[in-house]
Amino acid sequence: MLIENPLMEARQVTLYYGASEALRDVTLQAAPHQITALIGPSGCGKSTMLRCFNRMNDLIPHVRLSGQILYRTHDLYHPDIDPVEVRRKIGMVFQKPNPFPKSIYENVAWGARLNGYRGNMDELVERCLRQAALWDEVQDQLRKSALALSGGQQQRLCIARTIATEPEVILMDEPCSALDPIATLRIEDLMRELKERYTIIIVTHNMQQAARVSDYTAMMMLTDDRAAGTIIEFGETQRLFTTPSDRRTEDYITGRFG
Amino acid sequence: MSFDPERSNFAPTLRSRRTWARIGRWLFIAATVVALAALMMMLYNVATSTVGLVAVEYEREPSTLVEQPLEEVSKEELVALLQANISAGLFRRLEHDQPFATRSRETVYDLVIEHVVAETIVRSWPLDKSLVDRAAIEAEIAADYPTARVRFHAWLQPQFLTRSMSSNPEQAGVRTALLGSLWMVLITMLLAFPIGVGSAIYLEEYASDTLLNSILQSNINNLAGIPSIIYGMLGLAIFVRTLEPYTSGAAFGVLDGNGRTILSASLTMALLILPIIIVSAQEAIRAVPQSIRLASYGLGATRWQTTWYQVLPVAMPGILTGTILAMSRAIGETAPLIVVGASTFIVSDPTGPFSKFTVLPIQIYQWTSRPQAEFRHLAATAIVVLLVLLLTLNATAVLVRQRLGRLP
Repeated sequence: MLIENPLMEARQVTLYYGASEALRDVTLQAAPHQITALIGPSGCGKSTMLRCFNRMNDLIPHVRLSGQILYRTHDLYHPDIDPVEVRRKIGMVFQKPNPFPKSIYENVAWGARLNGYRGNMDELVERCLRQAALWDEVQDQLRKSALALSGGQQQRLCIARTIATEPEVILMDEPCSALDPIATLRIEDLMRELKERYTIIIVTHNMQQAARVSDYTAMMMLTDDRAAGTIIEFGETQRLFTTPSDRRTEDYITGRFG
Repeated sequence: MSFDPERSNFAPTLRSRRTWARIGRWLFIAATVVALAALMMMLYNVATSTVGLVAVEYEREPSTLVEQPLEEVSKEELVALLQANISAGLFRRLEHDQPFATRSRETVYDLVIEHVVAETIVRSWPLDKSLVDRAAIEAEIAADYPTARVRFHAWLQPQFLTRSMSSNPEQAGVRTALLGSLWMVLITMLLAFPIGVGSAIYLEEYASDTLLNSILQSNINNLAGIPSIIYGMLGLAIFVRTLEPYTSGAAFGVLDGNGRTILSASLTMALLILPIIIVSAQEAIRAVPQSIRLASYGLGATRWQTTWYQVLPVAMPGILTGTILAMSRAIGETAPLIVVGASTFIVSDPTGPFSKFTVLPIQIYQWTSRPQAEFRHLAATAIVVLLVLLLTLNATAVLVRQRLGRLP
């Protein structure tokens, strides 16, 4: 076992969208307070894998999953588990910034209110916006529409919104793919700060990004029959990028992959 | 074929495309002009009938009753005038209907005109003719009705709104029909809006993709195109006949009615506009970006919380647009209400869901089918009232929509 006490773990996960197989026999672990990156070519199931961790795939009709997704000792796909509670514990940041068409304040406060937060809302909003490194830019315009912010600011607002529900894990699905390099660097800095408090699993297309921010990396690729995605190599980021053990990983990270 | 830069043609089809663009632009302008002209003609036609010359005959000349003009006489004098000139029995009956002390000056004035002066309009003309041909009109009247007097009369006047139905065109108003229309629209919207939006929410956010649901969906789409008179038959069969104990109010202690009530009409009308509301609300809900739903679910919101707090606020302007259309339809519909049993001649105001009623379009229809020209003036005037009512309700809905549409 690579990681002694993983916070989240996928065990032999196989997933079907209707009749088509999307993931085959995926096993993955996420260490607490570490950043785990999923990399790999387009269409190999990285986002699908990520969405298994907070049961977002449930929203798509005709999804079937076998295997186990463990969070601490809970099997998240056990019939007694409420997916709504899962998503409160395991937050998500999406590829395209998707703030609600409401005020900045309301964006952060809404999720907390849903979760029954009873404390001082103004303090919570300020704390979350500070943690998301957005407070200095927006503190005078909390009542303005979130849609007026730039793309990078919107994505940090989405992170602040996720933090406000006090999750333990944050899933990030290519959070920087719609952002410019400067905004990307800010988000990456933010991720390094956030891992002190949260466990992060990130999907990225950008290998430098995986190398820069993550502690562990999982290389995903289609199976040999090209039917489904699977993990071909998983390890500490530094090791995986310097001495990959799988030939395909090496081809991919050095850019030789066809 | 080799490329010759000297001879190459960069615009082989540009000329014909520009010609088509020009033709399209002219067609657009022509269509707009035709539409505007048609609108102006209709408005002109309606407006010219709302005021104009009338020839009136009196049983008693007003000048023979009092010295000053009748318009300036006080209420007390009018009552005295009435008492002196009508039979004691009629005076007692009027006093019994409503004591003169509590009647307003205007209603007493109307009584004097009706019973003492006994003014009758013998002929009427629209405004355009009145202005152009006044001399000819006066000559014509002098020949036909030597005792008649020609004067201007405004059919469209404030009292038109406050008077109830009357067989005397000068005394007739639209109060009963206006109240009927308002009651009916109110109850219709109270029924149709929540049910319609609820159905749209269910179909878009909850219903799974089963055969039954897709059959339901295509049926809803088709229902929007069914002739309204068929809804009238449905309403007659279900609400007026089968559910009569409820729609007549008998089950709630109202005993003097039948099923031909405002409630029956509103239920029928609600059925008629439901498909419009459902389909437009569905489209508005479908137009809400999926990313908003995902964001909401990602924060641990339930499906209902997502729908209620995130999807509906974004969809609401679109939903209201469809609702405005549906409301306009409900105000203007005539045919199903005739079948359901709107009264064509009632003088008592509707007081609630279990009242007998009439509505503006039926009042207009009834007036246009009268042979006397005077009622056509009334119909034109009622059309103006209907249009103003429609515009007022729509403007209110548009204002609400804009308030909701503003962010955050």
